[in-house]
Amino acid sequence: MLLVVEQFLNGLQFGLLLFLLAAGLTLVFGIMDFVNLAHGSLYMMGAYFAATFVVWTDSFVLGCVLALGATLLLGILLEFVALRHLYNRDHLDHVLATFGLILFFNDAVRLIWGPAGLALPLPPWLTVPFQIMPGVYYPAYRLAIIVVALAVALLLYFVVMRTRIGMLIRAGASNREMIGALGINIKLLYTLVFGLGAALAGLAGLMQAPILTVQIGMGENILILAFVIIVIGGIGSIRGAFLAAIFVGMIDTLGRAFLPDLLRQVLSSTAASTAAPALSSMLIYLLMAIVLVVRPEGLFPAGRR
Amino acid sequence: MRTAFWLAGATVLALATPALAGDTIKIGFVSTFSGPTAVIGNDMRNSFELALDHIGRKMGGKPVEVIYEDDGQKPDVGKQKTEKLIQSDKVDFIAGYIWSNVLLASLKPIVDSKTMMVIANAGPSQVAGELCSPYVFSTSWQNDQTPQAVGEYMNQKGVKSVFLIGPNYAAGKDMLAGVKSTFKGEIKGEEYTVWPSQLDFSAELSKARASGAASIFVFYPGAAGVQFLNQYAQAGLKAQMPLYTAFTIDELSLPLQKENALGVPGAQQWVNDLPNEQNKKFVADYRKKYTGLRPTFYGAQSYDAAQLIASAVEAVKGDTSKKDEMKAAMEKASFKSVRGDFKFGKNHMPIQNFYLQDVVKDADGSLALKTVATIVKDSQDKYHDKCPMK
Repeated sequence: MLLVVEQFLNGLQFGLLLFLLAAGLTLVFGIMDFVNLAHGSLYMMGAYFAATFVVWTDSFVLGCVLALGATLLLGILLEFVALRHLYNRDHLDHVLATFGLILFFNDAVRLIWGPAGLALPLPPWLTVPFQIMPGVYYPAYRLAIIVVALAVALLLYFVVMRTRIGMLIRAGASNREMIGALGINIKLLYTLVFGLGAALAGLAGLMQAPILTVQIGMGENILILAFVIIVIGGIGSIRGAFLAAIFVGMIDTLGRAFLPDLLRQVLSSTAASTAAPALSSMLIYLLMAIVLVVRPEGLFPAGRR
Repeated sequence: MRTAFWLAGATVLALATPALAGDTIKIGFVSTFSGPTAVIGNDMRNSFELALDHIGRKMGGKPVEVIYEDDGQKPDVGKQKTEKLIQSDKVDFIAGYIWSNVLLASLKPIVDSKTMMVIANAGPSQVAGELCSPYVFSTSWQNDQTPQAVGEYMNQKGVKSVFLIGPNYAAGKDMLAGVKSTFKGEIKGEEYTVWPSQLDFSAELSKARASGAASIFVFYPGAAGVQFLNQYAQAGLKAQMPLYTAFTIDELSLPLQKENALGVPGAQQWVNDLPNEQNKKFVADYRKKYTGLRPTFYGAQSYDAAQLIASAVEAVKGDTSKKDEMKAAMEKASFKSVRGDFKFGKNHMPIQNFYLQDVVKDADGSLALKTVATIVKDSQDKYHDKCPMK
């Protein structure tokens, strides 16, 4: 029972982290109709910035805040310098250009920080396990991720649903031509949305950094999951991204946690323990395939086009 | 007339080139030089180059040419590069291979073409057993050997029970099988994770805690070892469940693992402070040539691979067509290994000592690996009976 609670929290934490990454991606993809493969690079840059600034400032929180700002600026700069010229091209050009950016960022990081990767150590107050209920300990840092990500999700919900900017973003996701025709400065809106997406990716990267290592190409595997999430959730839908991310995080974690034991009921122990990891990593893609067949527009599409 | 003269000259040169190529010893070296585990490949290349420096970059009087190929940690890429080295570069020797799954995929073209081979890291059970081959040698170990030594050490410490975690690929399965074969306590559970993509071990750590085992054993080479140790420490398990490792803490991962690795024991056939002359020279010159870096066991094995190849070529005075004579020379393991003396079993896997290594603070405050004790002497892999070679 205690194990179930712990695994549930693990799934929630992973899901929320995926949400931060997917939210930026779905905004950019849904509103700007722009396929950004370099989103994972921004995630990586967030982690590298944090690892650098935390050492400079000697404060974990301050370093992370600075890193967040730096990723936001980097996103805006990237949009302004490179991506803005590609909006009128088709998706293949987007994919080519942003794939090129992945290579660019990977080699830029290799030049600046070297190939070996960095460590982002946690401050002592975040490394102690936290007692969430009698007998159940949970890493304080993972709890912190859950809290921060939930707060960001709420903030995002408030901005998108309750503010004028959010209204424009939602309008952009539903019908881009129309808000342009209504005299909205679509260029500025695009720059803003892209910067926001970059900052969210950077936040995901810097929060993941102390758990994993900060290394070249760290954003590439997780980007695939982010794409799966926006396909499941419906492109352009923040709500869809949130629910799909939690869903995917849970399936991934609970699958890894309980599938081996389930399989051991029917298979021999060794066969089960080798088949289970392969099977549990397939579950997510299976879910995506089913969603694509049953509801090709995703579970929670962002209004009709 | 003049054109014809030049053309004739060019033709003679073109004809002469392949003859020249026969005067060099060509070695193909397959390892990982891109992606997060490229640091391992670089260490192997550095050590191999250092060994060539030490022998004057000549073997049997002929200059040595090494062609390094990147497998990208992918079995299919490794196989392609191996075929390229054999078919178009026509190498005399092939060496390297970090990953057991890459090696297994690449083995057939090597064995079929009867190319002389020295494995510098990977040690899948198949190569020690039914897939053993006359021209295939290893300067590392069979995968099970190191965790077997860890299991022995845990017995010596009186550990009651253990929870095993490892990656779901050829080496991961061998490693956990190795611990299980020697550890006398109770195995409370074992978990395999998706390799190499899974980097979050929260689900596995939670299960380990819930299992009530007295300790944890893991095998996570490269960056995954850093991530595992981070998460193990963050989960607060360090005080509750002591960790035992194989190939998880080395000189490449230690600068990132830092304090997390302090006091976490592992087993190894080579540690940087082994007190033999060849090793002292290797470690000192490595640190001199590549400032800021320290050699790892991957490097030590690659250094030995170069020495083993040199011993074979010297024995036939550079005539690499005499394969059976080279094989006979290599079987003697007569070179000065940085791990100290060892023998080859009939399956061409080393029979060697395994040492307990621990992480300690150096005199200058930096973390370093140190030999604490000899766990097993003259360990031979348990698959050698399955090898049909005599």
